[in-house]
Amino acid sequence: MTTTPSRPAVEIRDLHKSFGPLEVLRGIDFEVAQGEVVCVIGPSGSGKSTLLRCVDLLEEPTAGRIWVNGVEMTDPDVEVDAVRRGIGMVFQSFNLFPHLTVLNNLTIAQRRVLRRGRAEAERIARANLERVGLTDKADAFPAQLSGGQQQRAAIARSLSMEPKLMLFDEPTSALDPELVGDVLTVMRKLAEEGMTMMVVTHEMAFARDVADRVVFMDGGVVVEQGPPQEVLGAPKHERTRAFLSRVLDPTRVAQLGQPDQAPEPPAASGLPADDRRAV
Amino acid sequence: MKLRRRQRERLSLGIQYLVFIAVIAAVLFAADWDRLADAFFRVDIIKSMFPTIITVALRNTILYTLGAFAFGLVFGTILALMRLSRVAPYRWVATAYIELFRGLPALLVLFLVGYGIPIAFPERQIPGGVFGSIAIGLGLTAAAYMAETIRAGIQAVPKGQMEAARTLGMSHFTAMRTIVIPQAFRIVIPPLTNELILLTKDSSLAYVLGVTAQTIEITKFGRDMLNDRVNATPLLVAGLAYLVITLPLSQVVRRLELRYAKAR
Repeated sequence: MTTTPSRPAVEIRDLHKSFGPLEVLRGIDFEVAQGEVVCVIGPSGSGKSTLLRCVDLLEEPTAGRIWVNGVEMTDPDVEVDAVRRGIGMVFQSFNLFPHLTVLNNLTIAQRRVLRRGRAEAERIARANLERVGLTDKADAFPAQLSGGQQQRAAIARSLSMEPKLMLFDEPTSALDPELVGDVLTVMRKLAEEGMTMMVVTHEMAFARDVADRVVFMDGGVVVEQGPPQEVLGAPKHERTRAFLSRVLDPTRVAQLGQPDQAPEPPAASGLPADDRRAV
Repeated sequence: MKLRRRQRERLSLGIQYLVFIAVIAAVLFAADWDRLADAFFRVDIIKSMFPTIITVALRNTILYTLGAFAFGLVFGTILALMRLSRVAPYRWVATAYIELFRGLPALLVLFLVGYGIPIAFPERQIPGGVFGSIAIGLGLTAAAYMAETIRAGIQAVPKGQMEAARTLGMSHFTAMRTIVIPQAFRIVIPPLTNELILLTKDSSLAYVLGVTAQTIEITKFGRDMLNDRVNATPLLVAGLAYLVITLPLSQVVRRLELRYAKAR
């Protein structure tokens, strides 16, 4: 599989996805450039997680085409396992393998899929554990870790496959608030190292500080996208404004009925720095 | 006079203990201990059963059980995977097999394997002699039960496990083998142990295949001694021999469950 540098990391054309009668994605056109960090935001049920899962073909699109690193995922003859080797996926519920130690969680796919020897796999695994600050947890089982540690181990597991693209599906939504920061720090570091990332998240501060582009989805379509200061700071669409005011200032919701209290688009720069989890 | 709550509770508890003691006393008093001891606990007969009951009968019971369990486990796992297959005919075959063999008595299946197949194919032999016939005869039935247990175990592994394995580039087969099935077996250890204990007892059906002095197992051994000595003591010893297998088994499983609890 060759990567054409001119092709974007992710390219999506007119993507539709239905679950039975429910149409979750209604025609998405979307790209992620090599090295770009894109945050996808939107209310629950907007289809953002489904979009992310379609990129990795965890969901079979109903219609439309998807290319990842120049390879068409929606080609019926695509070697899915081969393309997935270049894509890392981080889940909301971590999905570490509970019957394996942290180290073996990181080595099993390296050994079974990439056919690396034990010594090499363990060296790479330990290097990645160091990247996420879990050097001392190599021999622990997932159940012995906190949620934040589990998610960092899951990120290290993906990185051990040396992916070109990382997908994050609400990586901090299942965490206690005080554990969110560690995971976001790891992700921020990854972004600074130049990793191509597509992040479905509710962490507006992370999106503002780290994303190159923010995409707002609602009702199965991309409503608006652009640099974070535009989408988060000066959203053009009413739906984006309503969503942001709900997320950033939940206490104001109660007053929405009063016309004189209509929510102002919150200035992105006005966000408190530690307001990582404004839900 | 109205009793207080605590007095009522104490009275009720006292009555229950009283009934218990009365029943025990009645049994102790009514039983003819000399004749019972003579029928069930003749020390000379117990002595004469050793060491054969251990070196031959107990050993064979364990071998038959393990043979049937191994056959059932392998075949049951295949059936479970067939039931979960995307290929509809595999599902039909597995479902039909499971429904059929769960409905047949183990004894009938053992007859079929031990006598039916040799009649149908007189020129061929089941490998392993009596051992092979029992392993297959009991294993065919056990596989049907184990298949359902293992299928439930596989389905109890969260969907995210398969997804995580697939996103790491594993094929469906590799993900099944290294991620899902190992977790499924941890889940089904208690019900599979149950199956192992049931098989230990079912191995007593081996007598229908006509066992010899070398292939005899515990129940047949006890029954032969019963006929030989016209005394029930061998049955008591045979019963204890089964407990020697099943009680430690329960202990081992408890240990395993504790160990795996850490890794879940």
